[in-house]
Amino acid sequence: MMDENVKLTPDMFEKLPDSEKNNEQIAVEAKTYLQDAWNRFKKNKLALIGLVFLTIMILYAILGPILSQYSYDQQNLNLQHQLPSAAHWFGTDKFGRDIFVRVAYGARISLAIGFSAAAINLLIGITYGGIAGYFGGKVDMLMMRFVDIIYSMPDMLYVILIMLILGDNPFLAIIIGISITAWVNMARQVRTQVMTLKQQEFSLAAFVLGASRKRILFKHLIINCMGPIIVSVTLMVPSAIFTEAFLSFVGIGINAPQASWGTLANEARQLLERYPIETIWPLAAICLTMLSLNFIGDGLGDALDPKKK
Amino acid sequence: MSEEILKVEDLKTYFDVTKGLLSKKQIVKAVDGVSFTIYKNETFGLVGESGCGKSTLGRTIVKIYDPTGGKIEYKQKDITKIKGAELKQFRKSVQMIFQDPYASLNSRMTVGEIIREPMEIHHIYDTSEERDNRVRELLNIVGLKADHIRRYPHEFSGGQRQRIGIARTLALNPDFIVCDEPISALDVSIQAQVINLLEKIQKEMGISYLFIAHDLSMVKHISDRIGVMYLGNLVEVGPSDDVYHNPLHPYTKALLSAVPVPDPKLAKSKKRIVLEGELPSPINPPSGCRFRTRCPNATERCAKERPGMVQVGQRQVACFLYEK
Repeated sequence: MMDENVKLTPDMFEKLPDSEKNNEQIAVEAKTYLQDAWNRFKKNKLALIGLVFLTIMILYAILGPILSQYSYDQQNLNLQHQLPSAAHWFGTDKFGRDIFVRVAYGARISLAIGFSAAAINLLIGITYGGIAGYFGGKVDMLMMRFVDIIYSMPDMLYVILIMLILGDNPFLAIIIGISITAWVNMARQVRTQVMTLKQQEFSLAAFVLGASRKRILFKHLIINCMGPIIVSVTLMVPSAIFTEAFLSFVGIGINAPQASWGTLANEARQLLERYPIETIWPLAAICLTMLSLNFIGDGLGDALDPKKK
Repeated sequence: MSEEILKVEDLKTYFDVTKGLLSKKQIVKAVDGVSFTIYKNETFGLVGESGCGKSTLGRTIVKIYDPTGGKIEYKQKDITKIKGAELKQFRKSVQMIFQDPYASLNSRMTVGEIIREPMEIHHIYDTSEERDNRVRELLNIVGLKADHIRRYPHEFSGGQRQRIGIARTLALNPDFIVCDEPISALDVSIQAQVINLLEKIQKEMGISYLFIAHDLSMVKHISDRIGVMYLGNLVEVGPSDDVYHNPLHPYTKALLSAVPVPDPKLAKSKKRIVLEGELPSPINPPSGCRFRTRCPNATERCAKERPGMVQVGQRQVACFLYEK
């Protein structure tokens, strides 16, 4: 510290000139959170490509069946196994149905299943994991043992059992079947994150300010683990699509003549040796959608973190 | 001095650190029977080495941790077990400034949102416009610019972030603030700025501080009275000049002999008391006087009995040396 004998008097100091008063000004213009996030997202070219492709896929799913002159179950036995042509862009299948329309129709079902399963997982997983992590102790112990029980059984078993019960509505059955187990991973992830974050001083500060538990949990803790959550949600969409594709592929998914990408791939597989081109369309749709979702997830994870410029 | 604002009596905060179901119960006695009083408009400095329980004490007072035993009185009212509306009222009046300005601000919120939050929680002002005006006013008070309102914390330096933290606590117009090592994470030049800001706020708003730190000279500078802690106990309490220039307790003497002196001539003549051994674990503290294992003046009595506070002039010392 300073020597006791040195006396500081006011005339030893001079006033800061006005010109230097703005030294602490930050020159960059302030933006809102979403503008900022969008700017960061745009810088990631792969994520942008992914977003463009996903948009095209969604438009294709919505508009494809409307604009096309064919319907997904309209058969034409004179035109079986056509190669791609001006009339049938992707060719036709074994009943002469237009594959372009069927893939678009499959996109509707597959994307709907993927997004709704992810949304349900997100909701349940965040709430459950957040509560377990925030309250800790006995609450956490009980909640996580329940998670362990669900986790210990193969999820295909649930899906198949639920399919049997809700057999007449396979679309709903698949969404419930996938959601009933997949939220477990999300819950675990959120719980770990919340447990570390709740010890941090900003969360203690909110507590001392008198914030309610709900406010601390949602406004302070969960928003801070949004990055990894978003990434795992975008990975969950393709995983749900894939589970549905698998179920349809083994024959317990969407019923014919309805089509999902999985059933389309399965039908085409049976004639793979003679008409290989028919498998390409649904497979390409699945692969490209998953790839673009992965890119988007990656980009969003970075974009939502204001620290990354 | 004037009326008392905070009175702590025999406060104990223990933590259960038992691992597994079957192992022996292990308890950390972080704060073990501490009593002191803080008066209105006063700054009470709390010093001690790391791990002595001073932060735990601060956090118990603002009710982040529940005390295991003892009593906390705030403005003559027992607040040890309050809940609900009473607790909310208490939170409005007693605030805390945290140690690490990089961890104490939510990085997903703008400065405006951070400072507005306490007003939203306690429903101060009705419109967001009024709140925004107050935020600008507060930013001005702590020496930041009103147009920083839409910035994110990571755009600021450590000192500026600490100012944001101070503005957040001031939003509630508190009467008492616990400063938990508010300057130890900052650079020396910035430390002085923040200390001056805290002093200015105290003068203008009549706030009392509990100032926790491990830098004795800084604590002496800002505090009216100082309390010295060792292993969960308060060993000496007194006016800051007295404690600083004429320490009584053997631990305070050792602590002060370690303060560096800027004058090399003086430094040579100064005798440094080097303590033997390590800080004992608070899970299994020594019997009797906590300091006896490292104390140069320890006697047999120190192992058997725990020394109470002895009044020496304006000071209180927990040591048998000063008993008559």
